[in-house]
Amino acid sequence: MKITFPHIGNSYIPIKAMFDDLGVETVVPPKCSKKTLEIGTKYAPEMICLPLKINLGNYIESIEKGADTIIITGGCGPCRFGYYCEVQKEILRDLGYDVDIVVLEAPEGNQIELFRRISRIANTKNIIKISMAIKNAIDILKKLNEFEDKVLKFRPYEINGNEVDNLYNELITDLENSNGSKEMKVHLNRALKLIDKVPLDKNKDALKIGIVGEIYTVIEDFSNFDIGKKLNRMGVEVHKSLSPSEWITDMLFFRSFGMSKEVKIWNAAKPYIDTCIGGHGRETIGNTVLYSEKGYDGVIQLMPFTCMPEIVSMSILPSIQAEKNIPILSLIIDEMTGEGGYLTRLEAFIDLLRSRKDKKQLEGVN
Amino acid sequence: MPIKVGIPRALLFYEYYSLWISFFEELGAEVIVSEKTNKEIIDIGVKNTVDEACLPVKVFHGHVMDLKNRVDYIFIPRIISLTEGEYICPKFCGLPEMIKYSIKDIPKFIDTTINFRKSKKNLNRTVMEIGSYITQDKKKIKRAFEIATEKYNNHRMLMETGLLPNDMLKKDFLGEVPQPSKKDKVLLLGHPYNIYDSYMSMEVIDKLRKHGLRVVTCDNLETDVIDEKAKTLNKKMFWSFGRKILGTTLHAIEDDGVCGIIYMACFGCGLDSVIAEIVERKVRRSSDKPFAMLSLDEHTGEAGINTRIEAFVDMIRWREDHEDNLSTYR
Repeated sequence: MKITFPHIGNSYIPIKAMFDDLGVETVVPPKCSKKTLEIGTKYAPEMICLPLKINLGNYIESIEKGADTIIITGGCGPCRFGYYCEVQKEILRDLGYDVDIVVLEAPEGNQIELFRRISRIANTKNIIKISMAIKNAIDILKKLNEFEDKVLKFRPYEINGNEVDNLYNELITDLENSNGSKEMKVHLNRALKLIDKVPLDKNKDALKIGIVGEIYTVIEDFSNFDIGKKLNRMGVEVHKSLSPSEWITDMLFFRSFGMSKEVKIWNAAKPYIDTCIGGHGRETIGNTVLYSEKGYDGVIQLMPFTCMPEIVSMSILPSIQAEKNIPILSLIIDEMTGEGGYLTRLEAFIDLLRSRKDKKQLEGVN
Repeated sequence: MPIKVGIPRALLFYEYYSLWISFFEELGAEVIVSEKTNKEIIDIGVKNTVDEACLPVKVFHGHVMDLKNRVDYIFIPRIISLTEGEYICPKFCGLPEMIKYSIKDIPKFIDTTINFRKSKKNLNRTVMEIGSYITQDKKKIKRAFEIATEKYNNHRMLMETGLLPNDMLKKDFLGEVPQPSKKDKVLLLGHPYNIYDSYMSMEVIDKLRKHGLRVVTCDNLETDVIDEKAKTLNKKMFWSFGRKILGTTLHAIEDDGVCGIIYMACFGCGLDSVIAEIVERKVRRSSDKPFAMLSLDEHTGEAGINTRIEAFVDMIRWREDHEDNLSTYR
């Protein structure tokens, strides 16, 4: 059994760690590239959203590298993601690929079936072994996300240039070459210590932008043209509202007790929307409000073309923009998005934020 | 003076109009249904909606604009789920917000949440909440809902005999529609608000009928049959309309009377992108029935749709005429 899975940001690292610990062989799909997207676009339904197209490309590239089992997470709607697995199964079947697709979900609440599926891919029924591997993977994911957050936060203040990037690249290479969670943790702890020592010019006047929107386009840097790095290069401190580690801990633990960070976000969204509209639509609203209260200079909403929950939030955002006095830019991404046009819009938005801030400071002086 | 309740002639109106209209009328309200979809409604809807929305949502905005100056309340329920364990499109959950933040100076909404995902137990409370906008008399609300439900059930029964909502919505509707021969059945799939809105669908039903075909939709099939077929799916379909469409498709694949399948989708519809893909693959894999997919958006030209319908009908006719005349050369 050779397991593969779709890419979302750097999540492949903890997933690999988990299977390394369990002694199961994995095929990490090649990094998302134009080719991945091209393959996906060719076989996916025309009107489906971008993540499915990239996922499909990931699978096919992995299958070509020898993978025979695909694991994906399921869902129960109302967003399209919940039915991704079925569409993907149909497509791969018609293409003639003989692969096993394991959907990690409890079908109609059947927990035993979920455990049966997990133990099948984990190649063991030992629940302690499985939970240890999952726990370690989540630890790694959390540390990795913490590091990524710091990268986006520190990069614009760097004094010597490229130090953060070098650390980041080094860490990823180290992690890719390590085997198992133990080794990875050593590398992560070391990198986390080093990044705090990078000399920073804290007096630099940088803008602050929060990124909200659909989770895949926010996290997967291939799909959003590495928006974090682009903004950092323009001297902007970036914070992403969604991260895989929060998503997974919320989903696995807190949601069942009803006591997650989400409650705070939902409360912030309450004046505008009070129900779950699927995906992260409500979180988009809530986080935008929170960013405006935290004094961010602007918010960017990312979404794939035709994303249903984000369209609802997109129609509410102009009202928040007016009431909370914070500029919001919505960027819609699909396989036709050109990097040039995208960059121009970012630059224009930054110019706007910059002049707003300068004006505010001038008024403050007088 | 009775309270004027406006019901936009869009989205789930085509599914529930008999229930909604008679409920409010029984309560003593004056029900005003917006005009039939026309060019102005679409134009004004497109202007007032966020660009990314799909055509049906834009048309809904247009209908709300049409009503906004002549009613006291507009009925825009927040529909999250109609059946246990299922959802409908996420845009319906956020529809009151979309309207509220896109259209200025709008009358009050009746935006009661309709959510039967966990159970139908809150049905009574939901009905009372909607009714309370018109009257505080609980008995009256209960009675009105009973009468409306009966009307709705009658309406559904009529549909199982082969009638379609747009036949029954006609002013001169007498209870019967002349049907061509039983054999030539064409299955028309899609969301009710796409296929029954004759302006949006470019009168696809009438056009197919003019070619001597009998048009059937998901609504002409008994719910039990659909449910049974939908249960055979690999994974439970969590969208109510998706389940209906997939169940009907699986039934039609085995029904020899169905001589062709048309899927009417909307550009940018998230549900259609998933459902149409699965329907098409299933039809092509396990039957030899002709399948056509028609996509609608606010730019669709009627000539293009006509050509495609004509070609589709030709294909069906040729099959009938030349079915056994296969060339010996392969």
